[in-house]
Amino acid sequence: MTLKKKEHLLNIIITVFACIAAIMFLMPTVLTLANSFMTSSEISANYGAMLENMTDDKKTFISENVNLKFLPDKVTFDQYKNVLLKNPDYLLKFWNSVILTVPITLFQMLLAILTSYGFSRYPNKFKSIVFFAYIILMIMPYQVTIVPNYLVLDELGMIDTADPEKSWAIALKIQELLSATTRSRLAIILPAVFSPFSIFLLTKVMRRIPVSYVEAAKLDGASELQILTKIYTPLCKGAIVSITMLVFIDYWNMVEQPLVLMKDSYLHPLSVFLSQISTGDIGLAFAVGVVYMVPTILMFLYGEDHLIEGITYSGGIKG
Amino acid sequence: MPSLIGVLIFFLIPFGIVVYYSMINNPVMHEFVGIENYTKLFQTVAFKRAATNTATFSLISVPLAVILSLWLAVLLERNIPGKSIFRTFFLSPLMVPTASVVLVWQVLFHTHGTLNQIIEMFGGNSVDWMKSSHGQIIIIVMFLWKNMGYNMILFMSALAGIPRDIIEVAKLEGASGWYQFIHIKLRYLSPTILFVFILSLINSFKIFREVYLLTGDYPYDKMYMLQHFMNNTFNSLDYQKLSAAAVLFSLVMIVIIAILLTIENIFGKDVE
Repeated sequence: MTLKKKEHLLNIIITVFACIAAIMFLMPTVLTLANSFMTSSEISANYGAMLENMTDDKKTFISENVNLKFLPDKVTFDQYKNVLLKNPDYLLKFWNSVILTVPITLFQMLLAILTSYGFSRYPNKFKSIVFFAYIILMIMPYQVTIVPNYLVLDELGMIDTADPEKSWAIALKIQELLSATTRSRLAIILPAVFSPFSIFLLTKVMRRIPVSYVEAAKLDGASELQILTKIYTPLCKGAIVSITMLVFIDYWNMVEQPLVLMKDSYLHPLSVFLSQISTGDIGLAFAVGVVYMVPTILMFLYGEDHLIEGITYSGGIKG
Repeated sequence: MPSLIGVLIFFLIPFGIVVYYSMINNPVMHEFVGIENYTKLFQTVAFKRAATNTATFSLISVPLAVILSLWLAVLLERNIPGKSIFRTFFLSPLMVPTASVVLVWQVLFHTHGTLNQIIEMFGGNSVDWMKSSHGQIIIIVMFLWKNMGYNMILFMSALAGIPRDIIEVAKLEGASGWYQFIHIKLRYLSPTILFVFILSLINSFKIFREVYLLTGDYPYDKMYMLQHFMNNTFNSLDYQKLSAAAVLFSLVMIVIIAILLTIENIFGKDVE
């Protein structure tokens, strides 16, 4: 009896602790949301001191302290109105993010499904070596892979305008066919499409599919394409959804790639732009932040169970 | 194998070129200089600083991420109400873009910011977080915030996968909770621990995003990471230095992974 009571007490303590931890985990997100409903004067009153530090001009600021506020004095949608209607710049950057992230995610997943099918359905010695190479590549930090990426893209004339004297014929051809904007976007998209992360995860999931399923389908006269689309893909649906989410958020968040590979800051995605938000616009920054997290939060709410299932599959590097 | 072609074009073949670049003196002359670029690299102050900072950050944050998330997973394994809600909350930072919440972090760690006000309230001295050696603490906190949820899910599923009967037997034989954890659960968890470790290590190199969003191109010394060095070297187009840095970094990674796999092999055998 006493043991049970002790157990019970311990559970209560743990629950309380977990609540505190959960609040800490949620806080940055919730605060951003709450602050996005403040009027811009309220924001500059509270965060004025921060602006002072960020700019060199001698602005007089209202309070020395930066006050983090949980609740706005007056709820307004002014910030959102400003972001969405008056400042096309933000929408443009948002569009930049979309046009980079969506193709990367789609093509990477398409490739991943095909490649993982190849890896798991017809394993052989050569493929296991290649798969191992993929794992090594996946583990390599971006700081390593960006150097070779950069060199190739530069040769292809996708980073700067190709010099007709020195460049390869293919670089000039690419230049002739594609606009500067498309080239710079492709510089980000192309290497990202071939990222091995999704292939690694999906192959591991597909390897669990029993061979008997495939054999049964073959007896019924199913073609390779049918096996892929009617058996493998539906069986891996959860994993595919979750990997798509992980890939999407990873590239939605990207900062390094555009900084190095895109010379034209006009094309930078919102993730990079948010850090350079000019001080005068600080009243908008929270709202922009919220707008930026909407797609990923929606994905999270919609696909949380799939996400957890997918993460669970990924455990164990050798499995 | 459509993806193999892409991987070859964008990663493997150019990596060979990178190794070659790291050993020549300049792209025009193509003269072989051996390890000269590497010695030059080591004489660069910025590189040394970046490498040290990145190494310290990874050394502290990766074990912390593994231990704390394992701890959370063990806590949530107990019979407490609202388990799945907690799981959702802990996982949520993964899906929130860093750029969105960066302002809140700035407010928290500002010289006159929230955290310092709390410290002062309790009579402590305020700390200039962004511009002192405490800067590392900020990025460690941000790193843990973002990555612990994912790790926790991995540990939770691994904990659920431990055979019940073994735990029951241990209980019958009077093993304490702590003993059960150290001698049974940890053994079964060892592959997951390795995986989480590697994953956290990979993610720890992505911390540049957070640092950049917080402080821009040239942060305070202690937050100058390897990626800053790479970016700034790209701007000056010093391919030799870049290539040498990349090759060196990849070698370090290979050694670390090899060590980890060996350790896992030693521990993994006991379980089977």
